[in-house]
Amino acid sequence: MSKVIIALGNDISTDDIYPGRFMATVLPTETPQFAFFDRTEFNAQLKAKAFPPGSIIVGGENFGCGSSREQACSTLKGHDVAVVAKSIARIFLQNSINLGLQVVICPTLEACEGDDLEITADQVVNKTTGKIYDQVKLPAARKGIMDAGGLIPYTRARLMARA
Amino acid sequence: MGMTVVEKILARAAGQATVKVGDVVEPKVDLAMSHENAALVINQHKEVFEGTGLAPKVWDPSRIAIIFDHRVPAESPKTATNQKKIREFVAAHGIAKFHDVRGDVGGICHQILPEYGYVRPGYVVVGTDSHTTSHGALGAFSFGIGATEMASVWSLGVAVNIEVPATIKVVVKGEFPPMVGPKDLILHLIGKLTAQGANYKVLEFHGETIRKMSTSGRIAICNMSVEAGATSGIVPGDEETLRYLREEAGVTEAIPCVTPDADADYCQVVEIDVSALAPQIACPHMVDNVKPVEQVAGTRVQQIVIGSCTNGRLDDLEAAAAILRGKKVAEGTRMLVFPASSKIFAKALDRGIVHDLMKAGAVVMNSGCGPCLGVHEGALGDHEVALSTTNRNFKGRMGNPTGEVYLCSPAVAAASAITGVITDPRK
Ligand code: SF4
Repeated sequence: MSKVIIALGNDISTDDIYPGRFMATVLPTETPQFAFFDRTEFNAQLKAKAFPPGSIIVGGENFGCGSSREQACSTLKGHDVAVVAKSIARIFLQNSINLGLQVVICPTLEACEGDDLEITADQVVNKTTGKIYDQVKLPAARKGIMDAGGLIPYTRARLMARA
Repeated sequence: MGMTVVEKILARAAGQATVKVGDVVEPKVDLAMSHENAALVINQHKEVFEGTGLAPKVWDPSRIAIIFDHRVPAESPKTATNQKKIREFVAAHGIAKFHDVRGDVGGICHQILPEYGYVRPGYVVVGTDSHTTSHGALGAFSFGIGATEMASVWSLGVAVNIEVPATIKVVVKGEFPPMVGPKDLILHLIGKLTAQGANYKVLEFHGETIRKMSTSGRIAICNMSVEAGATSGIVPGDEETLRYLREEAGVTEAIPCVTPDADADYCQVVEIDVSALAPQIACPHMVDNVKPVEQVAGTRVQQIVIGSCTNGRLDDLEAAAAILRGKKVAEGTRMLVFPASSKIFAKALDRGIVHDLMKAGAVVMNSGCGPCLGVHEGALGDHEVALSTTNRNFKGRMGNPTGEVYLCSPAVAAASAITGVITDPRK
């Protein structure tokens, strides 16, 4: 069971998650400091490690819309948080799978900051309100990448199989 | 049941007779584009090869394009060092489609690819940039991916995990009224569809208005298709595509075009008549917050930006110069112009466009992304308002989270530069 550390609205853009002005920073070890940088208070809490691993960011529709910058995923992965949103923009979803950031699509989810959620195999249980919501299953093809531990090990295996 | 353009392209690239929506395929990639974020792709590519005993190698250097545009010339030692590292990689791997910081062959990636004939109808094009959708303007299936996915493409030559997307058919008819054009059309469409209305789907453009539209206008509409969430926008190749590739990009070999079957299956059909369309404005802070210009006319503007991969081409600069010729940019407003490529810049010089813009008070900058993504020149001051021909107005996009960005066509931007407030160019 994990706590919702922030509940966001619809169309949270990659500029919001990781502002463009920090794009020259690319290393996953360095990107976490800029997570939600312009949400000053939240950024400070993340940096101060105020949240236990597995804490949850809740989003509305179209989470991660905008640019293809992968920093928007590595910055969140660096804080060991999970994203549960009603829907997720295409490139952000693919990047998350490629990098191993936990993302869950849950179209009817209702959750507020401070709620306790339990993510099961195919549902999300809001322990605070007692309500249960269905997840949208990720396409099967993506499972291969997740099972391999991300796109890098997956590609490496494919490369070795060819060699 | 017939196939859409993208289904046909994917079937060919995956070596299958047919594909249908929802199938997962591994298309061969015809062109793989990156910009400064190649620095991250290089890291990830190296990591793929770690422990394999194989030397890191790209599958086909002739199919990789790298263009410096986001921060040119470099704004910081960090960017300059990233660029240096990419230059070394390019040299080591023999990547010829490389466009460095140069006044002859430089420019924004989404302008360089069409301009140099790197994209052809029927290609599968991937780019580490969300506006890679632009190249659908030439009849290619072209979409944005992340840096790790690009490292995988560089290693394997295929995109490993592509789900065949559903297609929305957009049929556009009517003639644009004066001072209204492709940018107004795409802003209107995004307003109608919403920022997620085309999520995971393809926008396939048809109709007399599209047939008559120049490649420049088609690039603008495909470029912004991603703002409705689309995987890609696409205009099936036609006579104009061939004209552009032959006359402007200097392509000499045969150019086969891919067209959809008459009985192709579309998940939705959207019809638009542009003959009564007003100039459109996307208001802060969402691209789908679109209103006709009269609803926001009079809003005070401190910075006007004309440029970007959306509207930094010759016809855009010409449209602005025609309005500004003999006039002055209002006091208290600054105007920044970024031609989309060095070639366009040179043509604008030859035609006196740069002179006219400068005489009016505009600052004409080197080709590149400029203030579009808020990391380089042209940041906004606290609570300042920008009116820009770029494609995104998310909070903080122009470098300042307290700033506000309105998006519009070059005609609206130029007319507003004279008055210092958002202005209807038809008046
Ligand atoms: S001009 Fe703007 S939108 Fe276009 S590639 Fe550059 S940063 Fe991206």
